[in-house]
Amino acid sequence: MTPITQNPPAAVPAQSFRPSMLWHALPWALAIGIYFIADGYHGLGTNIMIWILFAVSLDLALGYGGIITLGHAAFFGAGAYCAGIFAIHVNNDPLLGLLVATLFAGLLGFITGMLILHTRGETLLMLTLAIAALLYEAANHARWLTGGDDGLSGIRVAPVLGLFRFDLWGKTAYLYTLSVLFVWFVIAFFVVRSPFGRSLDGIRQNAKRMRAIGTPVWWRLVAMYALSAAMAGTAGALMAQTTRIVGLSSLELLTSGVVAVMLVLGGERRLYGAFIGATIYVIVQDLAGAISPFIWMFVIGFLLIVIVLFFEGGLMGIIDDVVNRLKGRGRKDQRS
Amino acid sequence: MTQFLTILLDGTSYGMVLFIISVGLTVTMGLMRVVNLAHGAFAMIGGYIATVLVLKLGVPFLLATVLAAIAAGILGGLAEITVYRPLYRKGELPQVLLTIGLCFVAIAALTFFVGPTPLPAIVPAWLDQMVDIGFRLYPAYRLFLIVVGGLLAFIVWLIIERSLFGARLRAAVDDPQMARSVGMDVSRMFTITFVGGCALAGFGGAVGAGVLPLEPFYALRYLVYFLIVVAVGGMGSFRGSLVAALAIGIIDTAGRYTVPQFGGFLLYLLVFALLLWRPNGLLPPKSVA
Amino acid sequence: MSEADPILKVRGLCKNFGALAVTQQVDLDLARGARIGLIGPNGAGKTTLVNLLTGMLSSDAGTIVVDGQNLEQAKPETRVRHGLVRTHQINTLLMESNARDNVAVAVAERENYAWRMLRFGRQWRACQAEAQHYLEEMGIGHVGDRRVSQMPYGEQRLLEIAIGLSLKPRILLLDEPAAGIPSTEAHVIHDALERLPRDIAILLIEHDMDLVFKFAKEIVVLVMGRVLTRDVPANISANAEVRSVYLGRSAV
Repeated sequence: MTPITQNPPAAVPAQSFRPSMLWHALPWALAIGIYFIADGYHGLGTNIMIWILFAVSLDLALGYGGIITLGHAAFFGAGAYCAGIFAIHVNNDPLLGLLVATLFAGLLGFITGMLILHTRGETLLMLTLAIAALLYEAANHARWLTGGDDGLSGIRVAPVLGLFRFDLWGKTAYLYTLSVLFVWFVIAFFVVRSPFGRSLDGIRQNAKRMRAIGTPVWWRLVAMYALSAAMAGTAGALMAQTTRIVGLSSLELLTSGVVAVMLVLGGERRLYGAFIGATIYVIVQDLAGAISPFIWMFVIGFLLIVIVLFFEGGLMGIIDDVVNRLKGRGRKDQRS
Repeated sequence: MTQFLTILLDGTSYGMVLFIISVGLTVTMGLMRVVNLAHGAFAMIGGYIATVLVLKLGVPFLLATVLAAIAAGILGGLAEITVYRPLYRKGELPQVLLTIGLCFVAIAALTFFVGPTPLPAIVPAWLDQMVDIGFRLYPAYRLFLIVVGGLLAFIVWLIIERSLFGARLRAAVDDPQMARSVGMDVSRMFTITFVGGCALAGFGGAVGAGVLPLEPFYALRYLVYFLIVVAVGGMGSFRGSLVAALAIGIIDTAGRYTVPQFGGFLLYLLVFALLLWRPNGLLPPKSVA
Repeated sequence: MSEADPILKVRGLCKNFGALAVTQQVDLDLARGARIGLIGPNGAGKTTLVNLLTGMLSSDAGTIVVDGQNLEQAKPETRVRHGLVRTHQINTLLMESNARDNVAVAVAERENYAWRMLRFGRQWRACQAEAQHYLEEMGIGHVGDRRVSQMPYGEQRLLEIAIGLSLKPRILLLDEPAAGIPSTEAHVIHDALERLPRDIAILLIEHDMDLVFKFAKEIVVLVMGRVLTRDVPANISANAEVRSVYLGRSAV
């Protein structure tokens, strides 16, 4: 019997190009196309993209990291208030404001993550809720800084890079948001496929196993949580800069709930699930909200129940199933 | 001194409402291990039904609250059988989302049938007066809440600690696998407990409308409080939920009266610190201790 | 440190659960490349000992020295980095991932790639290539793409060993690698164990006596949390005391 060698061949297979990779261009081509044809809907488009960014950030923490949270609005709101306050009191350059808000939310995620990520399950859920509630109360009572329940208004934003002014029709805002979303998406795309992302997927599945192979589980969860918080902070900052107002609702439980709903509607752990979920949610809200503000709640609530009970992978899961049916079976395991 | 006693009374009556609504939640979460965010919806439905009965049909207050409890219990039973059962085997996220979905549906339905404006509190004339309690005049309604809450706590205690059903229930909370393996009909127990919990919530929503005002977003607005009671008391712990509900009622009231500039901040900070210190709550059942 | 010094040196290890002393004054030396079997009746504290060694439980007293370094206070993940690796008795594999990725995350961890967030391409494929190598060495190279939840139990046991091996351990604690496998197939596990690299010190905890006596050069008998004796297999099976507390029972 030959002993097992522990020095495997150093050859690493090269990444091969597959035609299916071209699908990644689709959502971006669509977003750019919409810019040219959808006059009057740029505001709605911007809003959708902001929610997509927020939902992708939740996908990192909740979907990939398995960090069960109902308080992600804390970071969205923190980013929004930070960007608004920074623009009013310090500097109204949009990119600088975005950066500051992102770092602020990321730092907040890092600190709170260090505190709470020892816990799991219902306790963790409650702690994330408590953090969001704490920030909500803080923002509510610091009227001198945040405007309290009147909201923070009077935000003025300078032209992007000193060149592109935020116009009345929201065209600049649309492209600005799209660019930021793209940058963050590329980062998220790389992160979930990196060894780091794989190890988090392992932690989600079985933290004990990961500890047994030498993973510092807590630190890694904190890192993912902070990254996700930073991303949510960017989304909040975009909301502040493009709508020029920040309300207390950005910190509400409902906001945390809504973004989770979007994620699961589209399908978690897919990144693009957030795209579909957020788009559908915002559009349904817009259409049904025009009839009665409560019809959309009924539709969304009903959809959620149906999805959880019958379609665990969300809408993207349904699409996958259909594609697999068409292709013939047997490709289900190859989601790498 | 007067202010101190007032805080104590106000806090206790408020805490009793929290207890009546939340005790069902702590038992079901402890027993079934389901993150149930729709519990507030059952309280809200109970409150709405009672209010409509009193205002539109002239049903007496007490009868209306009992009918509201029965209706909430029936709805809870239906929900348990249809949507909760498949949920027990799923993870926390599906549980969170489905129950949020239930909240949304309940909010939309109530708005559709009753309207989006907050409802007036239904306090009958015999409770809507001041009673001399020695050091000051005090609203009879608040005293009523304290008495009713105490009474219900005693009844629930009797059921849980003194009845055969309660003994089985406690065994199932402490060791779910054991309960199943000795042949308990766990799924029937789930349904009965869930119906009871929802009926209590519906009753709490109805009698407590003067403390927790009814409006369409009630189910989400006060949800945090109900969850805090469960988490602080220890999931599945009856005594824990009573202690936690009263403590939260009193601390929250004290905070709002003495340092209004901090509002609910104080409460959340305490809850946050407590959960970091004791992740399973004050009085967790044996299975998680 | 000389070559002759044991790679693992345990002295006076104690653990109590309340009034119950589950591990009492355990001393244990493993030389480099040792092949030691650990046996004992149910409740002797074998799994507790493994948990103490790997840091899943914290001990009440004693030292655990790996290659001259005391790791008694170290976290589980730190011990793994010092080459003290275990496999699991019950499956704790990543059931949703495929077999290759189960090994690849371990390789990534060992190589300290796992903090790298943005360089996903080459390094991850390198981890996967190495993972495939270990799968093939274990004879399960053909199931690399299969989800663990869809693998037969025997292959899962081999995957468990492949993961342990991919961490390049200096000491490998095998916690019942053949548990749940029909005795007719235990030879597959035995063959795999025989082929483990010579320089790894191995402590095998196993109920299957055939496997232990074939594999181990020396056997440690644990009874009531104490080391009863340590000897070569032939003497262990002849030892009257061991027979009475342990082997005797199965002969009845």
